[in-house]
Amino acid sequence: MDTSTLKRPSAQHVQASSRQSVRRHSGVVRITHWVNVLCFSVLLMSGLQIFNAHPRLYWGEYGADADRAFISIGSEQHGDKLKGFFQIGPLSIETTGVLGVSREGEAMTEKAFPSWLTIPSYHDLGAGRNWHFLFAWLLVINGFIYLGHGLWRGHIRRDLLPNRDQLGWWHIWREVVDHARLRFAKGEHARRYNSLQKMSYLLVALVLLPLMVLTGLTMSPGLNAAFPFLPDLFGGRPSARTLHFLSAYSLVLFVVVHVLMVVLSGFWNNLRSMINGQYVIDHSGENK
Amino acid sequence: MTQGGFSRRRILTGLLSGAGVALLAGCDRMTQSGGFGHVLRQTEKLTMGAQRLLLDRKALAPEYRASELSPVFRANGTQMPDSDEYASLLENDFADWQLQVDGLVQQPLKLSLADLKRLPARTQITRHDCVEGWSAIGQWQGVPLSRVLDLARLKPGARYVVFHCADELEVTFDGSGQYYESIDLIDAYHPQTILAYGMNGKPLPVAHGAPLRLRVERQLGYKHAKYLMRIEVVSSFDTLWGGRGGYWEDRGYEWYAGI
Repeated sequence: MDTSTLKRPSAQHVQASSRQSVRRHSGVVRITHWVNVLCFSVLLMSGLQIFNAHPRLYWGEYGADADRAFISIGSEQHGDKLKGFFQIGPLSIETTGVLGVSREGEAMTEKAFPSWLTIPSYHDLGAGRNWHFLFAWLLVINGFIYLGHGLWRGHIRRDLLPNRDQLGWWHIWREVVDHARLRFAKGEHARRYNSLQKMSYLLVALVLLPLMVLTGLTMSPGLNAAFPFLPDLFGGRPSARTLHFLSAYSLVLFVVVHVLMVVLSGFWNNLRSMINGQYVIDHSGENK
Repeated sequence: MTQGGFSRRRILTGLLSGAGVALLAGCDRMTQSGGFGHVLRQTEKLTMGAQRLLLDRKALAPEYRASELSPVFRANGTQMPDSDEYASLLENDFADWQLQVDGLVQQPLKLSLADLKRLPARTQITRHDCVEGWSAIGQWQGVPLSRVLDLARLKPGARYVVFHCADELEVTFDGSGQYYESIDLIDAYHPQTILAYGMNGKPLPVAHGAPLRLRVERQLGYKHAKYLMRIEVVSSFDTLWGGRGGYWEDRGYEWYAGI
């Protein structure tokens, strides 16, 4: 059915009437999206600064140097050479240059995450925490605005919950194949998100980001006293810290795929729609 | 057309990577700047306000069972104060050590370890959360700080309790590397806030702050001052060293360490 190629048709070949501009994103969605981009970037990088202070993750009620780490990043001296490693369970991978040991000016320094990934770039746990908490507040306020608006104005129900016809296994399988072949929705099909897209956005907005906030708050000794169920919920503070790291990592994976999809499925059109709200639907490939 | 799209793409890529580099350098500069650095530090007030709103004055930090104790409790910061005074106190098994209680109190005190042990004790198994991210569970035995403050009777205007320690974490000419900490009266009168002389059923080891350390269970590890020598009740800590109420606070950590 869909025989058009990926190449964007130039204006000469397409009748003006086959391109239709629709309003895709509301103002609240656009603003909260970009505030989230800012918050997530700062939280990730200041989070790596905080992680660097103790680059070991544990499971359970306690966890310090003498206890077995579930995941760790570190360095070892091999002869006259420093080697960086990333360890998960019994597995250890050499990561010299990026994790554990990285170049800083002339010298190789022992540092879990390299300075170009942390805020501030130099070691300063206090400043890293200040950045982290300021933008955590902003993320939470922004999240409440997004969720409040999304529930009240129906954005989540209308645009993010998969439609009935999108939930069949055959349908989902076809979407997976289409994604793998970089074949993206056109014409009327581009009016709504596909179900993989919808489920990813729901996972981020309703599961991963709330999990980030909750596991973050679970690390607070003050809030442990206020809400003793928090550490129990995640199996202890060290477990919550591990989950905090793992969901951050999942969000990074999401951002990588998300940006890749934005670029591949019509970069300008997608980007424009998240700036001024207008999205162009191309009907030229449709059978009429 | 294609040409136009290509150059637009190149401009955008250039802009994005340029923005990335500028953002990183900007973050360092903003951290050190007066204006934004100040905003960054103000977050602490918002966090403290929110926690105080949610946190009942007497709400207890979680307590654990003896089976949940950390096999090895990591010792952090100073592990052995480097002064002749401390060495001679240790040599005598702290028989000559006295805790001085003064400042805004009606009755200044000098309490020996035996005096403290005669007061009613509290034993608690709690989790110690270091600002760096590790946690350890230990059992602590000591006298509630509120008992000592009641003996000394606070004067009007008392707002903070300052803990002066025997250890110098950073060696300086002016002594500003001396460890000290402070808490307000809400935390000072919290039932789990104790002056601990016992740990895991034994006298407090030197690495953990012998003969006496503070436990303030609803805050991070650096608040739990070790090697206590003197407790001073004050109305403000403006005149103390860096003026931010603690060794680490003077070096950029938050005074309220509830998160």
